[in-house]
Amino acid sequence: MAMLKMQRIYVYALLKYCKDILEALQRRGVVEIENLNIEDSVFFKDDTSAYQAQYQRMASTATEANEILSRYVKQKKGLLSSFKGRKQLSREEYDKLVDETPDILRIAYDIISCQKNIDTNKAEKIKYQAQLDIIRPWMSLDVPMNFTGTATTRAFIGKFPGDKTTTEIVTELAEIIPEVEGIEVEMISHDSNQTCVFILTSRTDADAVSDALRRIGFEYPSYISPVIPKQREKEINKHLSNRDGRILENENVIKSYAKYADKLNFLEDYYVMKTERYAAYDDIATSRNTFVLTGYIPEPDAGGLKEYLETTFDAEVEFEEATNDDAPVKLKNNKFAEPAESVLATYSYPDHHEADPTSIMAIFYYIFFGMMFSDAGYGLVMAIACAVCLLKFKGMEPGLKRSMKMFFWCGVSTTIWGLLFGSFFGDAVTVISNTFFHTAPPNIPGLVTPIWFNPVDDPMQMLMFSFLLGIIHLFTGLAILGYNYIKYQKDYLAVIYDVISWYLLVGGGILALLTMDMMENIAGFTLPPICGTIGGIMAAIGAVIILFFAGRESKNPIIRLAKGAYGLYGTTGYLSDILSYSRLLALGLATGVIATVFNKIGSMMGDGVIGVIAFILIFIIGHGVNIGINALGAYVHTNRLQFVEFFGKFYTGGGKEFKPFKINTKHYTVKEEN
Amino acid sequence: MAELLNNSGLFFALLGAAFATFMAGIGSSIGVGKAGVAAAGVLSEQPDLFGKVLIFQLLPATQGIYGLLVGFLILSNVGLLGGGVEDISLLKGSLYFAASLPIAFAGFFSAIHQSKCSVAGIGTVVKKPDQMGKALILPAMVETYAILALLISILAVNGINGVQV
Repeated sequence: MAMLKMQRIYVYALLKYCKDILEALQRRGVVEIENLNIEDSVFFKDDTSAYQAQYQRMASTATEANEILSRYVKQKKGLLSSFKGRKQLSREEYDKLVDETPDILRIAYDIISCQKNIDTNKAEKIKYQAQLDIIRPWMSLDVPMNFTGTATTRAFIGKFPGDKTTTEIVTELAEIIPEVEGIEVEMISHDSNQTCVFILTSRTDADAVSDALRRIGFEYPSYISPVIPKQREKEINKHLSNRDGRILENENVIKSYAKYADKLNFLEDYYVMKTERYAAYDDIATSRNTFVLTGYIPEPDAGGLKEYLETTFDAEVEFEEATNDDAPVKLKNNKFAEPAESVLATYSYPDHHEADPTSIMAIFYYIFFGMMFSDAGYGLVMAIACAVCLLKFKGMEPGLKRSMKMFFWCGVSTTIWGLLFGSFFGDAVTVISNTFFHTAPPNIPGLVTPIWFNPVDDPMQMLMFSFLLGIIHLFTGLAILGYNYIKYQKDYLAVIYDVISWYLLVGGGILALLTMDMMENIAGFTLPPICGTIGGIMAAIGAVIILFFAGRESKNPIIRLAKGAYGLYGTTGYLSDILSYSRLLALGLATGVIATVFNKIGSMMGDGVIGVIAFILIFIIGHGVNIGINALGAYVHTNRLQFVEFFGKFYTGGGKEFKPFKINTKHYTVKEEN
Repeated sequence: MAELLNNSGLFFALLGAAFATFMAGIGSSIGVGKAGVAAAGVLSEQPDLFGKVLIFQLLPATQGIYGLLVGFLILSNVGLLGGGVEDISLLKGSLYFAASLPIAFAGFFSAIHQSKCSVAGIGTVVKKPDQMGKALILPAMVETYAILALLISILAVNGINGVQV
């Protein structure tokens, strides 16, 4: 339950070290740089947006080149590769790769230009292919297609839509221009779509014939070969194979770069890092020979950085306590609670006037998740899967690692609740021994019989237990509110007005409720009447405090009382909050009953070989589906209980997350020595 | 006639099981369908969000499962799942039917309305993938009422089992 102390850091150094210092800060990733806005006669700011744009372009060049490369060369990617995280480079490896960057950049450009060549050649190929398609029916023509005739004759080379015979064409022409004679129609080719013809007439009749031809649907081909079609076909085929050769050539060039895939990844990262360094450069103030940098650093990292910067770069480093409200927040929790920080982060970071509730929330988080998922088998599957991933992929990204750890603990808790409730893949042990061994199951506590009780048989007890946990959860929230009042606001009276009053009212109310006769049926017990009296008195005192003090910030007594009455109305909120914990029972039952359903379906095929196979299949698929859907439900509803019921009692949030200037790459990180 | 009435208890029990399953099932399929359409739209632009939008699509799926759960409990109580059918009086059968109503209706409507929140949540995640946690809570609020209904249905079915009528 802690937030790291933040310090404000000031770094003063010579401008010639600026690049190196920024690089060092980026590698260490412990400082959040703040924009320093001083511009006067000494300090000024450089505009680096042009550099940033340039490096961004280079980074995207690398990405594009690698994307092209992956089209031609299959890159190995395991199913679990997303768990692997970024590869870590040592300083020497990093420096060596940096020296190579100009060459790699050239390769990247080469890959992109090869791809451009391929694209152009492919476009050309399509063009030639289209030409080829057009001249194919004209292969038997022995003059070029742009042949228009001799000194005395006029030639028409073209086509009619549909299938026509020469006789038909001649007849149709004769009907329009009966006066013209000596029209020679030669059939070149014909199919159901078009009829290609060569028509020869005397030059004197050319105009009349042209007109008549148009009227009966004659048209010129969309591509006219300037040479004899046969020859053009040869030419085109030569072009096509030429283009194919060029495409292949370029593809081979790209393929020859296959071994540079990793280096291209590095190139992308390198320029991304460079862009971010220039962006950071925008935030510092420079004079002609010096620069100033300011920001926030968590206290534990401060000493090491100061020593490093002062000895390596002759810099002057100063710290001061960060007391302002907009200082960023970094959480620090023990191993058990730390994974739950990500849950808190999805809600909001704590501000500087309240405690970090992660460690307390984590306990309830694991308990509630376990109760809703509540199956020892499922819990084991989950815990083991997470543990294996954590052990196998050491370099996993921090965010993913935290989630994995959180679900590991959730799995452990689920296993414990499952044993308490006697659920192991539902009633799998019982079903298997009944169906396949025809005996009563061995009496294993936890797997067959519950260690505590079975919620399906006794849902009322489970409901009461859920409400009890809910009340503890809510009261813990109130306690944190009181802690915040005392520790951060030094407002001791508020503890009585806003915390103890509710303890009295809600606690007394519950006490009184438990003495009623109807509880005998619901909970199986009642408290002696004296408890009712005590509870009533407690509730009355609480109610009076709330009535008079909930609206204490208003001066006007009437408004104050009205606000107090409205505060009392908050009791309904407590009622619905407590009832909301019934989801612990409902989701727990859902897991157990659905698991039982699948076991039952699996056992319906009898105990033969087919029965065993069917059982195994249904078992794996059914429980797989059940794990997926109920883990999702447990996750969402555990979050809800924390965010709505628990945080609603005390948590304001609104703190700013500590976002250090660091290496924000996709493929590589650099290891910092010392 | 009297005998017919007396024997129709099983029919009403079965009707209850069917009602819980299909009403909640229809609601869930409408809901999952709606969210799925929105999710598929996202995938055309940002395939890497698959894991996240899938969770949103699955949120309205739970009501159907709650319905199945109640249906199964009824079937199991009246002995329709092996073990021989008991004699169920008309009153007892009708009680089972009544017990199925909360999850049937609350499941049906909450799944549909939850899917609207899910669709909106998918929109949020597309623009701000890091706001997943908050966007997930909003549809979960709707589900509360399906859970409350499930609770009453389960408690009722369990209670009826012990009633001697």
